[in-house]
Amino acid sequence: MSTAIERFDHKARTAFDQIGQTEVYEGELLRHRAYTRFLHWMVALFFFLALFTGFGIYMPWLFRWFTPIFGGGPLSREMHPWFGLGFVVFFGLQTLNWLKPMKWTAADTRWMRNLAKIVGGKEKHDPPDTGFFNGGQKIQFWEIVGGCVVYLITGIILWMGARTFGRWAVAVSYVLHDISALIMLGGIFIHIYLSTIGEPGTFQAMIRGAVSEAWAWTFHPAWYKEVTGRDPLQACEEARRQDQAGRRGISGK
Amino acid sequence: MSDRKTLQIKQISGHSGPSAGFGVQREPEVCKLVDTTICIGCKACEVACVEWNDMPFSPTTFDNTYQTMPETRWNFWNLIKFNEHQREDGTIQWLMRKDQCMHCADPGCLRACPADGAIVQYTNGIVDFQQENCIGCEFCVSGCPYDIPKFNPATKKVYKCTLCSDRVGQGLEPACIKACPTGCLKFGTKDDMKYVAEERAKQLRENFGFKDAGVYDPQSIGGTHVVYVLHDATDPERYSGLPSNPVIPWSYTVWKWLFKPVLGTFALFGLVGVLLHYVAVGPRRPQPEPLLKTPLPEKES
Repeated sequence: MSTAIERFDHKARTAFDQIGQTEVYEGELLRHRAYTRFLHWMVALFFFLALFTGFGIYMPWLFRWFTPIFGGGPLSREMHPWFGLGFVVFFGLQTLNWLKPMKWTAADTRWMRNLAKIVGGKEKHDPPDTGFFNGGQKIQFWEIVGGCVVYLITGIILWMGARTFGRWAVAVSYVLHDISALIMLGGIFIHIYLSTIGEPGTFQAMIRGAVSEAWAWTFHPAWYKEVTGRDPLQACEEARRQDQAGRRGISGK
Repeated sequence: MSDRKTLQIKQISGHSGPSAGFGVQREPEVCKLVDTTICIGCKACEVACVEWNDMPFSPTTFDNTYQTMPETRWNFWNLIKFNEHQREDGTIQWLMRKDQCMHCADPGCLRACPADGAIVQYTNGIVDFQQENCIGCEFCVSGCPYDIPKFNPATKKVYKCTLCSDRVGQGLEPACIKACPTGCLKFGTKDDMKYVAEERAKQLRENFGFKDAGVYDPQSIGGTHVVYVLHDATDPERYSGLPSNPVIPWSYTVWKWLFKPVLGTFALFGLVGVLLHYVAVGPRRPQPEPLLKTPLPEKES
């Protein structure tokens, strides 16, 4: 990572912090700064615009009802590349922003080994060495980075068409572009589920930028320890004792 | 229209399998025969095409040949391509080839098209674009071995020769055929035209010294509904790039009819999966979880 990227990122973060407010209350931790949140929602906006225009091109016989939103089939087709470009550009900036925390570590490999337990609900806490992002998040992130590269290359070929790049280039790009889209489509369901009802308390990280300490010590214990200096499990136990004491207090009245 | 009995639909884009009503009526396949050996390059067919299809004047390009413009356009579907071919003995030969949609029996454009009913193949062999269903994705351009479909940036749709399906449906010959003064263009059933073409090729071989004269009806795409008689059928490329072995990218067939629906369903499994997870396993909450129900304070006496 070059220092130019760091300098650019720092500048962008400071500039956005002056515009967007991030209020962190008592018992909360700062999760995502304004710049990160801005990029995330721009990516999301362009992702869905590209997704819905793309549906109309992918299978018009099934998804024709999406196209009137964008002014009909031909206009959907016309705008799809521009939406896609927006998606790639903003995700590119997000990639620069997250290059450091998204680096794969041994802890992520261990996290992936525990995947079945975590998904199956057997493990209430994530493994103690889970950092700012867990292995699953990093896999999804890098899948999108790879997907964006495929989108960009095949998308430009499809955009310019067979008369620029040749018939076979288009015929092959068309397949790769679709595969990339289908993987992301499958992934977006998981992403939305886990960030909303799947793991309550997560959504506010991308809205307000702050999460509760309980959320942090449960899902990202190593990050919690790094930020607060306290032991996550111990903190959790303490909270449990206080909770129980509080309950006894109510019922003992 | 109800009286268009000769325009029975065989297949439409965006759908697999035969379309409704296919095979009810038996219809002869039509065919246009282009005898390149007697084309004089008068361009009457070009004018007739533009006139009948009511297309605006298209500016021509002079490039020191007898060709009206470099290639067909969205509003210029019929172009006499010209090539000055130098033989091995140094003599030259002027090759005029009428370039238009070949109306393939296995149309690459229709295979590539994702839009429902934007491309239609009739039982009589005509492949026709239905612009009201076209989404302008231009995949047909990559499916076509002859580089025929052309995009109109103003309407954002693709156009090409219709083999005058509106005339043929009424029992008339295409406009270009009607205009041809030399008899270079003929129109009839595929069987008849194939017969006439083979006879003409035989005549060229036996009486005119064109040893390699033959008929262009490529079987790699199931034959075409426009056939050429060529002076030298061994090298169609010299007729301004007529492909000797036209092919349709296989990825279209495999992807569209197999993987597209299958993988689309797999992507939906993501949605089904998370819903099942929510129902069967339930959400993961930050610890410690609150107790399910707060005990109500005892009634104060």
